[in-house]
Amino acid sequence: MIRVALPAHLRTLARVSGEVQIDVPGRVSQRTVLDALEASYPMLRGTIRGHVTKERRAFVRFFACGEDLSHALPDTPLPEAVATGDEPFVVLGAMAGG
Amino acid sequence: MRGVRILVGTRKGAFVLASDGKRKRWKVSEPLFAGWEVYHLKGSPADPNRLYASQSTSWFGQLIQRSNDGGRSWEPVGNEFAYDGVPGTHQWYDGTPHPWEFARVWHLEPSLTDPDALYAGVEDAALFRSLDGGKTWQELPGLRGHGTGASWQPGAGGLCLHTILVDPSDARRIFVAISAAGAFRSEDAGKSWQPINRGLRSEQIPNPTAEVGHCVHRIAMHRSRPKVLFMQKHWDVMRSDDGGDSWREVSGNLPSDFGFPIEVHTHEPDTIYVVPIKSDSEHFPPEGKLRVYRSRTGGNEWEPLTKGLPQRNCYVNVLRDAAAVDSLDPCGVYFGTTGGQVYASADAGDSWAAIAKNLPPVLSVEVQTLP
Repeated sequence: MIRVALPAHLRTLARVSGEVQIDVPGRVSQRTVLDALEASYPMLRGTIRGHVTKERRAFVRFFACGEDLSHALPDTPLPEAVATGDEPFVVLGAMAGG
Repeated sequence: MRGVRILVGTRKGAFVLASDGKRKRWKVSEPLFAGWEVYHLKGSPADPNRLYASQSTSWFGQLIQRSNDGGRSWEPVGNEFAYDGVPGTHQWYDGTPHPWEFARVWHLEPSLTDPDALYAGVEDAALFRSLDGGKTWQELPGLRGHGTGASWQPGAGGLCLHTILVDPSDARRIFVAISAAGAFRSEDAGKSWQPINRGLRSEQIPNPTAEVGHCVHRIAMHRSRPKVLFMQKHWDVMRSDDGGDSWREVSGNLPSDFGFPIEVHTHEPDTIYVVPIKSDSEHFPPEGKLRVYRSRTGGNEWEPLTKGLPQRNCYVNVLRDAAAVDSLDPCGVYFGTTGGQVYASADAGDSWAAIAKNLPPVLSVEVQTLP
């Protein structure tokens, strides 16, 4: 299972507490993780990436294993530790004030 | 006893203020959607338990929330606002073409008769409609596509469609207003549109009497007289007696004719309210005195309403969607400020009380009069 850590506002929206765990068949990438996340929690559609473009929203960031993966291509494999469930894929709001 | 529910949208969440028909004691809810901007909430006139809310942040985008129990519980519904076809461009601030980009929903206007039907006015300016309780949204593209859309420019707050009025006598007739494009009317339920800005004069655009380009801040009507429209423009308070075909200024003796909201008394079609603001750059009341102005003559002759409102050192603003009236008798009048106060009058504006004092900046105020 893939662990995904969501920011507080999206945990509230998805009505979950703590990390969520999702099954991602096949290659583990940003795209496949987010596809599986949105399939399990449809209320998150449009909040992390665009409905149609599937591009990351400007003020959303993706971290994993201490690295900022926000600018990686969406089909790039995520680190092995994320694929094995040892580390979470972290979605967070950018430190952009407000 | 009848009751009143005030739906308040703020920069950091929404609040529900509730009272019985006396409107003396108010209960303020805990924040809903805390931390999110709530540009607007509105109840269905056909079912007071059906509420809709526009919730957004720059981080996580747009959500639409729906309640079926008067606001006790909410569920997110559809949030995909896709422009019809190839969106094209409008003008950017510097006059260059800029692609139409969805930013947020400014205003939700539920149908007068069907709780599942509602319109949404969005930034960048367009009109969307849902017929399934907000699950799915379709643009009514005739508005952007009627011919002048490519020339629309954003106002300081963005290119926003912020006012939607449906004629109670004929739901096919819809009025919308866009900053800074102007007012538009449809006679066929939103399929086709025409600008209705004749008589407006805006010195801030190259041709002050242009067909479009006017920064209309708000339009209001009385349900018994839908062809009479009142407008608060960037500057000037205006009136139309022919459904927007022509407008005349009724600013009269106002201390400033700049402002944002305009409202009509529920039982007196010629009694209207505005909140004068000093200027387009000094967004606070003239002389630091928060005054609502009331005209009982449909404009031109205005009286200041000050009892209970701060008359010194007050430098808040009242935004375009942040005023409303109830349908009790005497008519209740309500408005919220960027300082986080919500003021209420249970006597048609003669006297006021702050019923909430320390909310986040208020973006919108709507009222439900409950049976």
